[in-house]
Formats: sequence, structure tokens, C-alpha cells
Amino acid sequence: MASTAMPSLLMAQEAANGGRLIVASDSEPRNLNPAIVASNGVFFISSKVIEPLAEASFEGENGLEPRLAISWEGSDDGLSATFKLREGVTWHDGTPFTSADVAFSALEVWKPLQNLGRLVFENLEAVETPDDHTAIFKFSKPTPFQLIRNALPVVSSVVARHVFEGEADIAASPANNRLVGTGPFKFTEHRPGEYYRLERNEDYWAEGLPKVDEIIFRVLPDRAAAAGALEADEIQLAAFSQVPLTDLERISKVEGIKVYSKGYEGLTYQLAVDVNHRRKELADRKVRQAIAHAIDKDFVVKTIFLGYAAPSTGIIPKNAPEFYTADVPTYDFDLDKANALLDEAGYAKDANGIRFKLRLLPAPYFTETRQFGDYLRQALSSVGIDATVVNNDSAAHQKAVYTDHDFDLAVAPTVYRNDPAISTTILVKSGTPAGVPFSNQGGYVNPRIDQLIEKANETMDVAERTELFKEFQRLVAEDLPLINVAEWGFITVARDDVRNVSNNPRWAVSNWADIALTP
Amino acid sequence: MQRAFHLLRRRLISSIPVLLIVIVGTFLLLEAAPGDAVDAYVLSIGGGDPALVQSLRASYGLDQSLGARLWLYLTSLARLDLGWSVTFGRPILDVILERLPNTIWLMGSALALSFGLGSILGIVAGARPGSMSDRVLSVGSLALYAVPSFWLGLVLSIVFAVQLRWLPTSGIETIASGKQGFERALDIARHLILPVGALGFIYLALFLRMMRAGMAQAWRQDFALAQRAKGLSRRRIVLRHIARNALLPLVTMLGLQAASMLGGSVVIESVFAIPGFGRLAQEAVAGRDAPLLIGIIIVSALLVILVNLLVDIAYALLDPRVGASGATT
Repeated sequence: MASTAMPSLLMAQEAANGGRLIVASDSEPRNLNPAIVASNGVFFISSKVIEPLAEASFEGENGLEPRLAISWEGSDDGLSATFKLREGVTWHDGTPFTSADVAFSALEVWKPLQNLGRLVFENLEAVETPDDHTAIFKFSKPTPFQLIRNALPVVSSVVARHVFEGEADIAASPANNRLVGTGPFKFTEHRPGEYYRLERNEDYWAEGLPKVDEIIFRVLPDRAAAAGALEADEIQLAAFSQVPLTDLERISKVEGIKVYSKGYEGLTYQLAVDVNHRRKELADRKVRQAIAHAIDKDFVVKTIFLGYAAPSTGIIPKNAPEFYTADVPTYDFDLDKANALLDEAGYAKDANGIRFKLRLLPAPYFTETRQFGDYLRQALSSVGIDATVVNNDSAAHQKAVYTDHDFDLAVAPTVYRNDPAISTTILVKSGTPAGVPFSNQGGYVNPRIDQLIEKANETMDVAERTELFKEFQRLVAEDLPLINVAEWGFITVARDDVRNVSNNPRWAVSNWADIALTP
Repeated sequence: MQRAFHLLRRRLISSIPVLLIVIVGTFLLLEAAPGDAVDAYVLSIGGGDPALVQSLRASYGLDQSLGARLWLYLTSLARLDLGWSVTFGRPILDVILERLPNTIWLMGSALALSFGLGSILGIVAGARPGSMSDRVLSVGSLALYAVPSFWLGLVLSIVFAVQLRWLPTSGIETIASGKQGFERALDIARHLILPVGALGFIYLALFLRMMRAGMAQAWRQDFALAQRAKGLSRRRIVLRHIARNALLPLVTMLGLQAASMLGGSVVIESVFAIPGFGRLAQEAVAGRDAPLLIGIIIVSALLVILVNLLVDIAYALLDPRVGASGATT
């Protein structure tokens, strides 16, 4: 479907122009090019400089609003997709933006190099450019346009052909850290360990934007320091829950500070228990169902996430209304049922009240995943499963869980990215080799689920494909290859003179053209 | 001056075997830690497919055997090349040189504060052992010594930066301020007050207590008795004789503490967002970046050797006996 809706940002709240916005940032990505590294840490900074073809939107058709593309349409056979591109756009160095840039980005960067694009554009064969403002993607095998469309905000960051052309190794190019884009802000300076500085792009294609003169991402590795700097008005904004949840209650009462929980609907994180199906006990569906019954999801949401999360019903989060269905088998918190299921499965309690022992590896990336690890140990012990918590740092966790499969249960924060085929089906599909993080490393094999995923990949009809993913949710919830516990977005904390915060579903990683400071 | 160079050369040569052991040890230790640089990187970008992981590993040479990588590293090190950082995607020497000044400022100021103020307060306390001022200082310093540095850092930051807003909460200088010369130096100094306070106050207690103990001991020695019998003023005895005697072990301690302060700065650099060595080392470990970590260790070792050399020179100045016999070499 074509979409020519006015960008909602033009209708955004009017506010005074100018000023410097200082934002807390907790990491400095090694490669800052979003066309190569499609991750939130990279987007947080680079999305202001380099723009995608389309961005997520609360009001737009199919949840999208135009950026560098003004309309998009897929052919019925799934073999081509046509993008009409915006006219009058120039790169930050003055060169005009054309369809050649899109073709170059797609064929030379997204498809061969990008962590997510390698999958989404797997069958991309060629990009035709009949004129400067039309790009036609040609696929060697039918590719559902629904998937391409849903993936646009994440996988379609367009880079300039003239910047990268002729590079022997684009992934290692120094240009990846001196971004040239079409976005509302120009990349000006990076002082390692201190800050990134972005300056207003005077020639931005959208009239009257951007609003602020300068955005500075200040590197603040310590979370308590971010809260302090915000209170002292040294920074004006901290996104991605950089102010810890436990500080929110206090900081929300500080005068001049606002807390936002909106603006992360398009980057939902899911708290899930990964199961190693190589372990005899865990290969038994009854045992997995018993574990699901032993977890009090509401308690987890209230205590660990302090209410800033929702209990999960399955592998696709509620924030994905296009695909989500609540019509799946559910597992209420019920210890009697859990114990009965474990007895049925043949794992009776011994003299010490223990049925069997296992190792539990919580992912170290979030405070909440570690805390949930401790909770899960207790929850398991209440049904006679004796779990030992093994805490590792990131690299060690990655090796143990995703390469060596040296775990029984793991706590994983998986991410849902707009379409189940991007990073969700890989969690349960069989056949992924060892070493790939956030994939099915529990060794789960279910031919019915594999077939369903395969069929969805070949289904061009949107309604039909959506229905297949609803069936997929039901199958996963029934067999529980992994146990989804909660889903959460992040929290933004900002000074109250910062305007137009959290106004789209991927706000923290969108272009911030309309962000403004009132004097 | 010539003697100092001679000393420096001997120190450097004698530290080479130790450095070699440390380098190989660090390499093997990081090797023993599960996961490699590519594991850490792929996680940080939110995942990737197997072919991507494979090609990354090949491009960093991580698919080669341990022996081959260690040999490659040592031979390039012999050519004074510290290598390439996987975590930062830049030459290690560049990364280290960028952070070095911040660390030197932080460490140097903290050492100066703890040594200077510590020994002065130690003299006050030791001048009249058992007096009220002695007791207050002794208890106070003990309490300070028991406080963890990150806690002290956070409290100082909340009180002086967040509540009173006298000083900035973090960073090494005002971001993108365009300040130059003296104005910039002043700005950096303002930013350093809290971190230097947090780091220095803890070591201050150590110097204070050592000074006090040394003086208490000196009081009991015959020369002190003789001087008192001679009728010298108490002030003169304390400053010229007792304190000078008690200062010697403090100077030795200074050399030792320089090394331990490098470790203590990890926490302070994180709390105050100062891009220095401590934070760099932490990032190197988390990223399983062995060459970077070793680079940091080598430069830190050179720093510590340098401080100890200065300590030796100071020692010779304080105690003529040392200089005469050449005992320090």
C-alpha cells in the first residue's frame, strides 16, 4: 500500500527553536554505522544523522511514516518491491540523495553486512533504479512484503554511495565512525569516553526542522551518575532506563523532571526462560509447563520491574497488535498444578524434597534479568527443583549459553522487532548452528513449528501470513520451548523543558527532528 | 641528573622479565576466561548470523591457535607496536595516550592530596600523642579509611554537585565548551575536585596514621630525649627531627600506593565518568581485549616505575645516609 501521509512530526507541538540538548549515553559503539549494525545502542546516536526509508509511527498507516521513501508497494508475487524516494534531499556534504544510494546501501551494505539485513534481504538479487527517485527491489525468491515493510525502520538506514564506494572493506571503513547522512543532525565530533556532538543540519528536507541547534550525547557509564547529572541540570535527558527503575519513584518527585514510559512500543524486550532441551527432564513438556505454573508473573512485574512491564502470554508481545493473539494456552501461577505435573512426569521428591537439580544462567545485561534469576531459583525450589544460579559477565554468558550449550535454564532478554520473522522465529526454529546469540540454542526441534515458520516465509498474502503467526503463537504456548514471563519497554527521564519526547513507538532511536527546548 | 638516568635505565632493564611474565600471564588469564572478543562484540550489537560471527573471528585473527596469537603479539610488541584494539577498532597506543593525561591528573592530584594533607595532619596528631587533637584525627581517619570509595564519591557528588551545585557532577571538563589555556585548566581543576577528594581522602588516612605512628616511635628514641634535655623548642624538635625521621617510611609508602591507586581509580572513574585508565581496563576485560589490557598494564608499569624512581630521589634528599651509600640502587 502506498503511503503519502504528512509526516506527523510536522504537526508536532510547536516550540521555540535553538539550544543545546545534552543526553546521557551509557555506551560508545565501536561501529556507529546503523546500516551495518542495526542495534539500539547504535541507533540511539546514529538515527539522528542517518535516516531509514520509513520510521515507526503511532498514527501512520501500517504503523509507519515516510522518511527517505515517500511510498512503498510490494508486488503480489513477492518478487519485487517499489520505493518512491523523497526529492530535494541532500547528504550532509551537499551531494544530492538519489536512488543510487538506496541501491548501494541495499546491495553492498544491508544484504551482505548488516546483522539483521542479512536475513531480511537474503533473497534480494538486484535493485533497479529507473530514475533518481525510484528504487525497485528484485528478489530471487518470493519475499513477503509485510516482512520488508515491518522491517523498514530497523534495516533500511541509507548510507551515501559516494562515501563508501571503492572501499575494499566497508565494515572496517573509518567512515563508519564519521557518519555522513541526510538526517536532521550532522555528526560533528566524538571525544572517546566523553561525548558525541551532533549539530543542526540547516538544509534538512523537512521545513522548520530540526528544532535544537545541537545534541550532545554525554558518556556516563555509571547509572547513579546519570540520575545525579539530570538533577543538577547538567544533562536534560536520559533514555533506555539509564536512570534505574529503583530511582524513578524519587526522581519523579524532583521539581523540573518528568518520567516517560511511552516511546518504546516498537522495541519491546521480552523476559524469557530459555530451556536446554538436551537435558532429559526439560525435554519433557510437562516439566516445562510445571515451571511456567511455578512463576508468578504478576509478582515479577510488580517487584522486579516495579510495574513498568506487562506479564507475557506468549512469544509475541501485546505491543505487536498486528500479530498478537491472546487466544493461547496460558499458565496461571499455581504451585499445586506445578507439583502435580512434575509428579505426573515421574520426578518425585526425594527425602529432602528435591526432584532434580539444574543450573540457571541469568543474562547479565540488565539488572532485571539478574534479579529474575534469583527469583526463579526461589520459584523453582518451591516446587522441588533445586537450581544453582551461575553468574557470568557478557562474554562468558554468550559462550556458555549460545556456543557451548553449557546450561539447563537461562534467562534471556530477547527483543521483538516489528515482525516475528526478524528476530522471533529464530528463537524456536531448529538448525541454527552454535555461536549465534538470541537464537534457538536449547536444541529444540519441532517439525510442526519449523513448517509453520517456513510457510509464513513463503506466504505473500498479509492476512494469511498474519494468521499463520497466530497459529505459531498457539503452538509455542502449548509446547513451551521457552517460557515468556514479561515484556517491557524502557523509561525516559527528562527535564520538563524538553518537548516532544516519546512521540513515536521507536522514539529513543528515531531522528529527534522535532525535539525542542522551551526557554 | 646522570645518576637518575642511570637509575632509570637499571630499573627499566630489571623490570623487563617481570613485565614479560605479566604479559604472558595476562594473555593466558584472559584466554582462560570464557568467551572471546567476538562473543562480546556480537552480543553488544544484539546478535548476528553464524557466517558473520565466523568472518569477524577470522578478520581479528581469533581463529588462530593460542600459541600463534601469543607469538604474533610478542613479536609485534618487540617492535614497540602495541597492536590493534578489537573493542575500540583503533590502534591501542592511540586509545591509551588519549586516556593517559586524565589518569595522571587524577592519580597525581589524589596522591599529592593524600600525601600532603595526610602527613601534615599526621604531624599535628603526632606532635602530642594522646592529646585531644590526636584522638579526633585518629578516629576520624579510621572512619574515612573504612568508607568505600564509590560510596564516598556518590555522597560527595550528591551533596556538592546535585544539592549545592557548587561543582559539576561528572566528566573531566565542560563538554564542547571551547575553553582554552588557563580557563580550560581551571575548568578541569573544578571537575577534578570531587573525584580527587573521593580517591585521595581514603589514602589520606593511611598516610596520616603512618606519620603519627612513626612520630610516636621517634619520640621514644634517645635523640629526641637529648634534644628535649638540650632545651630545644618543641616546635623545632617536631618539625626538624621527629617529623623528618617519620617521613621516610611515608615516602616508601607513596611509591607503593601509586600502584594501588591505579586500581582504586576504576571505581572513581566510573562514578565520575572520567575517561581514564581504570575504566579502560574494565572495558578491555569485558570486551576480552587482551592486547589492550596488556598495553594498559605496560604503560601502568612504566608509570609506577617512574613514581618509584622519583621516590628514590626524594629519599636520597631526605636521608643523606641513603645517598652516600648508594643503597637505593
